[in-house]
Amino acid sequence: MKAKRIWLAAAALSAALAQAQTLSATLDNGMKVVVKEDARAPVAVSQLWYRVGSQDEHSGKTGLSHALEHMMFKGTDSVPAGEFSRKVAAWGGNDNAYTSREVTVYHQTVAARHLADVLAMEADRMANLNFSNADFDNEMKVIREERRQRTEDNPSGKLWELMNQTAFRQPYNRAPVIGHMADLNTLQAADLRDWYRQWYAPNNATLVIVGDVNAKATLHTVRQLFGHLPAQTLPSRHSGSEAAAQRGARAQTSAPSELPMLSVVYSAPSLRQVDDTLPYALSVLYEVLAGDGTARLQKNWVRQQPLAVAVGADYDMLTRTDNLFVLMGYPAKGVSTQQLQAALQSDIAAIAKNGISAAELQRVRTQAEANREYAKDSMSVQARIIGELENTGLGWQAEDEVQRRLLAVSAADVQNAARFLQAQKPTVVVLKPLPVNSQTATAMGGGNELH
Amino acid sequence: MMILWLAVALPAQAFDIQRWTSPDGAKVLLVERHDNPIVDIDITFDAGSRRDAPDKIGVADMANGLLDTGTAQDDEEALRVKISDLAVTISSYGELERGGVRIRSLSRADTLNAAVAIANQMLVSPRYDDKVLQREKSRAIAGLRQNLTQPGFLADRALDTLNYPQHPYGYGARESEASLAAISRADLQRFHAAHYAANNAVIAIVGDLTRAQAQQLAERLLQGLPESAAPLAAVPPVALNKNSRNQRIAHPASQAHIMLGLPVITRDDPDYYALLTGNYILGGGGFDSRLMKVLRDQKGYTYGASSSLSPLQQAGPLTIGFATKKASAQAALADARQVVADFVAQGPTEAELAQAKANIVGGFPLRFDSNAKLIGYLSVMGFYNLPDDFLDAYPAKIEALTTAQIRAAWQRRLNPAQLNTVVVGGNGGE
Repeated sequence: MKAKRIWLAAAALSAALAQAQTLSATLDNGMKVVVKEDARAPVAVSQLWYRVGSQDEHSGKTGLSHALEHMMFKGTDSVPAGEFSRKVAAWGGNDNAYTSREVTVYHQTVAARHLADVLAMEADRMANLNFSNADFDNEMKVIREERRQRTEDNPSGKLWELMNQTAFRQPYNRAPVIGHMADLNTLQAADLRDWYRQWYAPNNATLVIVGDVNAKATLHTVRQLFGHLPAQTLPSRHSGSEAAAQRGARAQTSAPSELPMLSVVYSAPSLRQVDDTLPYALSVLYEVLAGDGTARLQKNWVRQQPLAVAVGADYDMLTRTDNLFVLMGYPAKGVSTQQLQAALQSDIAAIAKNGISAAELQRVRTQAEANREYAKDSMSVQARIIGELENTGLGWQAEDEVQRRLLAVSAADVQNAARFLQAQKPTVVVLKPLPVNSQTATAMGGGNELH
Repeated sequence: MMILWLAVALPAQAFDIQRWTSPDGAKVLLVERHDNPIVDIDITFDAGSRRDAPDKIGVADMANGLLDTGTAQDDEEALRVKISDLAVTISSYGELERGGVRIRSLSRADTLNAAVAIANQMLVSPRYDDKVLQREKSRAIAGLRQNLTQPGFLADRALDTLNYPQHPYGYGARESEASLAAISRADLQRFHAAHYAANNAVIAIVGDLTRAQAQQLAERLLQGLPESAAPLAAVPPVALNKNSRNQRIAHPASQAHIMLGLPVITRDDPDYYALLTGNYILGGGGFDSRLMKVLRDQKGYTYGASSSLSPLQQAGPLTIGFATKKASAQAALADARQVVADFVAQGPTEAELAQAKANIVGGFPLRFDSNAKLIGYLSVMGFYNLPDDFLDAYPAKIEALTTAQIRAAWQRRLNPAQLNTVVVGGNGGE
């Protein structure tokens, strides 16, 4: 940390940077606002985080949150369908949205002088969404196509969906964010309108702004635009908890593919309190296993003893509810998924037994420090970090403390994290390849040249 | 608020591009940005897959891609440890027209100097370890076999082949198990020697350093490279087919993947701005575009339909693509063709052009709001010899366009009847 500060101070033109500040406020209606100044380009990023996602849904009506995300572009009385994106584009900006298990996020990047215009439209659609049934019907077709593209026809998408379905115990964690196809066929416009009324309220939202703005003036603007919207009583939420141990479940699916795919899945806690210890250690363990070009999984199973064409891992401690620690890979030709599974698990076992080297730990620390500097190159990344910290409940101010604790993780902590995983019987999910070539070849013989 | 307005009233170009030729003959472009203590460097060579020999497809990709897997000094693992311990990125890349190395480093002198020394080793004396090559060939073959089961990849590859049946721009789509298996260490060494010379290099630098520092870095990056290699053959012009070519490929996926395309635009194209702005309206402008409005918003056929224009040294393609459930494939394809035909026949409306101009010109600062984005533009400017005022002049060129000019350009340059078409999905017949 010290070294980094010195370099910041030594950077030329640091005057402007030194004055850049982050301000936050909670409006009277409960909406949280964080504004971070960054004057490197005359641009501003806005991200509006609603705390609603697939985790809040119920069986038979999966996909509501994501479908509503689509419908949020379908108009209010003052900004008709399609006009939100058209106006942002006309201001030289771009906009989009995404939905996860926990949140629905609407984000725009615009020339900073148009920020207030964008925020005015966000405030409008927080309270006044009014889409037509015709637009709903059309958009559900689009969403079913999205599901086909992302999941039905995508081997890794399919595996990922099955993995969540198998590794989690709670139905609301098992369901896919985009929803089951059966539900996408039966959701009604009224369901989405209800969902909107229940969850889209200022006291369920966090607005994050990063850019070439005056933080104080921007907070004032936000107050004017959002301050009058009434707070609402929110529905009770699923706890999200998955505290029970894994069952060691196995599941299998298939898709047109050449290679099989394998996921080995452990349950893992998210960072609930800033002084939790295991999530930091798991994060460092993740880095040692899959963080960069020296990481163990790649080194061991792709380069030194090539059992896999590719391997990877996944863990994110900055979520609100329990999470998964995933090892995954494509076995090489002639290698079974069982062999690769044993190989991947042996890396966990080796660290549980022998720990990690001082060099590995130092490398992770050096990179964690450097990555904070690299992250400052992107306003969107800065905004996302703030949004994630707010979503977890730690708050944006915790960024330095989270980093400090990450850098303080010891080799013994990492060994304990590996033991924590090793004590579980992981869930194993496999995708079996279905052939496509033969069908392609025969049909191509049948006159594929058309004019 | 006054201050904000003044700030944006300045020219879009808030940065100053410094440009010079190194003593070895390399072109160097620098933008100093001192806000964050980081430096990005892109060293690129005329060494893309278009430089493959027709009977040695895939050598360029492999020769470029393996630059970062070991040097004379360090074997693969030692090299990875060095890079990792510095917390920098130094990775090699190979594309259609170019190949090289990209660096992202902290600007502190010890880190940056070490990163540059490593990159220099990669460029000058790649190890091309035979064991690494054999492993990466196996992985490339496995990856290709995997990709050939995926409808999107099949469509893309088939369209490239239809667009460029003979031309080097189609070489990438001809990569096969056999071509990959045939690559030898000697092939890589020959390719490297023929393309990695100082006078063939373009170095783009963005970040927290001075001109004097950048000059030194550029020279150290190239130290030890031959000053020049034998001149490379000119890339031949692209011959257009008289008639469209169509291909259907069977696939069991639930959606059909549909692509249409044609070689159209060059980097120095006289219709450059009219074509690009027209493409925003046709299919490049997201929800502003006609393809999206018709195929998604009106018909609900697809999650996304778009068109892209890829300017290359010789004619790069216009590419239209979308996926839709198989039952909708024919109707969606007919609609897409109609959208293109109408656009070429009628040109954009005044409102569409106003919207496109507002986005392209108004959004200009967004293209450079990070060092990572800016360096991409710098490198392209250097590689294609674009003039110093390319970025400065860009918004004005867009503003000056009329609907009549765009319509005329599209009518002159694109005959919708010549669009090649690929449909992957269904039983492949019809």
